[in-house]
Amino acid sequence: MTVQDLGRHGHQHVGVCPGGAMDPIACALANALVGNAPGEAALEITVLGPDLELERDTLLALCGAPFQATMPVNRPVLLPAGTRLVIGRAPRGARAYLAAAGGIAVEPVLGSRSTFIPGGFGGLGGRTLRRGDAIPLVEESEDLSRERFSKLKRKNGSSVRWSVPPHTVPEHEPLVLHVLDGQHFPSFDVASQRAFVDSVWKIGPESNRMGFRLEGPALAREKGDEILSGPTCLGTVQVPSNGTPIALMADHQTTGGYPKIAEIASADVARLAQLGPGGTVRFARCGLDIAAELRRHVLERLETALRGIAWEYGN
Amino acid sequence: MQRLALAVHARAEPELRDVVPALGGLALHFAPQFAGDLVQASLAIVERALDKLPPPAKVGREVEVPVCYEPEFAPDLAEVARRVKLEPEEVARRHAAGEYRVLMIGFAPGHAYMGGLDPSLAISRRAAPRPEVPAGSVAIANEQTVVYPYAISGGWNVIGRTPLVIFDAKREQPSLFGPGDRVRFRRITKEEFFR
Repeated sequence: MTVQDLGRHGHQHVGVCPGGAMDPIACALANALVGNAPGEAALEITVLGPDLELERDTLLALCGAPFQATMPVNRPVLLPAGTRLVIGRAPRGARAYLAAAGGIAVEPVLGSRSTFIPGGFGGLGGRTLRRGDAIPLVEESEDLSRERFSKLKRKNGSSVRWSVPPHTVPEHEPLVLHVLDGQHFPSFDVASQRAFVDSVWKIGPESNRMGFRLEGPALAREKGDEILSGPTCLGTVQVPSNGTPIALMADHQTTGGYPKIAEIASADVARLAQLGPGGTVRFARCGLDIAAELRRHVLERLETALRGIAWEYGN
Repeated sequence: MQRLALAVHARAEPELRDVVPALGGLALHFAPQFAGDLVQASLAIVERALDKLPPPAKVGREVEVPVCYEPEFAPDLAEVARRVKLEPEEVARRHAAGEYRVLMIGFAPGHAYMGGLDPSLAISRRAAPRPEVPAGSVAIANEQTVVYPYAISGGWNVIGRTPLVIFDAKREQPSLFGPGDRVRFRRITKEEFFR
């Protein structure tokens, strides 16, 4: 579990990746549910959730994968001081975001509160949270929580009568990911090109916020010529010399010297982030026009959901 | 590439979030909210930038990096010397005499790949990477040199170390090096290193 917001931008030329929430859509929704701007810092919960004790009355929302929790999910909930909140596992999906009214008040580093573990900065001490940590909320969080909760229209006890559907949690697997041909796609041999789109790929156990290793047939290039180290992007699929592709995720390196076989459409990266080790994907090649269309669709759906939530707050 | 990146940077559009020069290309990273045609927008940006390329001398800053080449900081210096058939002292002298240019930053925050190494010192990377190279280690491979910003694993041949902090996210300029910077190394003694 780490503190994440929507990432730090403008520093990739000195080697600092944007990072931020692996599933920025779930993070933005969690924030909106407690009346925050989409980019406030929240807790990114991966695979297994924490036990938390609230020191103040707090308006919270847990959004993303359907984690078992002692609070209802995908909706705002006002929990009183002293509540012990237990978050377990999710039957589907891998990540959820716990947002609190006002956000998490760690110091921003280079314009973001996101934890960047490889660099040891951002979030709480640049590291994963551990037992005993106190998570700082903004000073006025209690007043904000009560005030915002009072504004909500259709209340039901300490929560509301509605919830937002998760946007990114895959309904079934293998999850289909749209990909553009990568810069070096043509240099892979025909059998590898075919295997890349025909195979079901399994996310390997040594996957993390930097990248997902994809287990399947080994991919090989026709010509083994040296590649100049080039820029990489969120969703770039690189193939190191062992032939096992790696999908670059939020904390990826900003440049890389491995051949790039594909670029995952940005619309699908958040859905990929909802798979944990053992999850399966397949790839569907598409053009830039389709990828752009998918991205527009994802953003429109998010905008609609954000407007709906704002309306519930009377905005 | 560095000049192009600088020219693009100078005329940055609000939705263009990052401009990343690398050896094998230039990346323009747009915010997902960008509604236009990405290819057309990128071409237009690059074409405009090409008209306003800054002269090479205007790209980057001058950076001087003190380096101690004493054996305790230079685990691979003797091996490098043996491979290039020079005395370790001469390897250090030639490395410190060079004038380098930051070609690209990647791998880790502030991790600069610099070109300009004396070709007589060009050797391949170590067969087995070290599990941990101390922060500030100065290393060479092929015709490039790097300075490790953090204690990380690495396969380059370590021939010295600088006491400078290469990357500090809390500094106003977090990275000691920027793309296109001109870098010189200055030999220092162990006493100066620990000063």
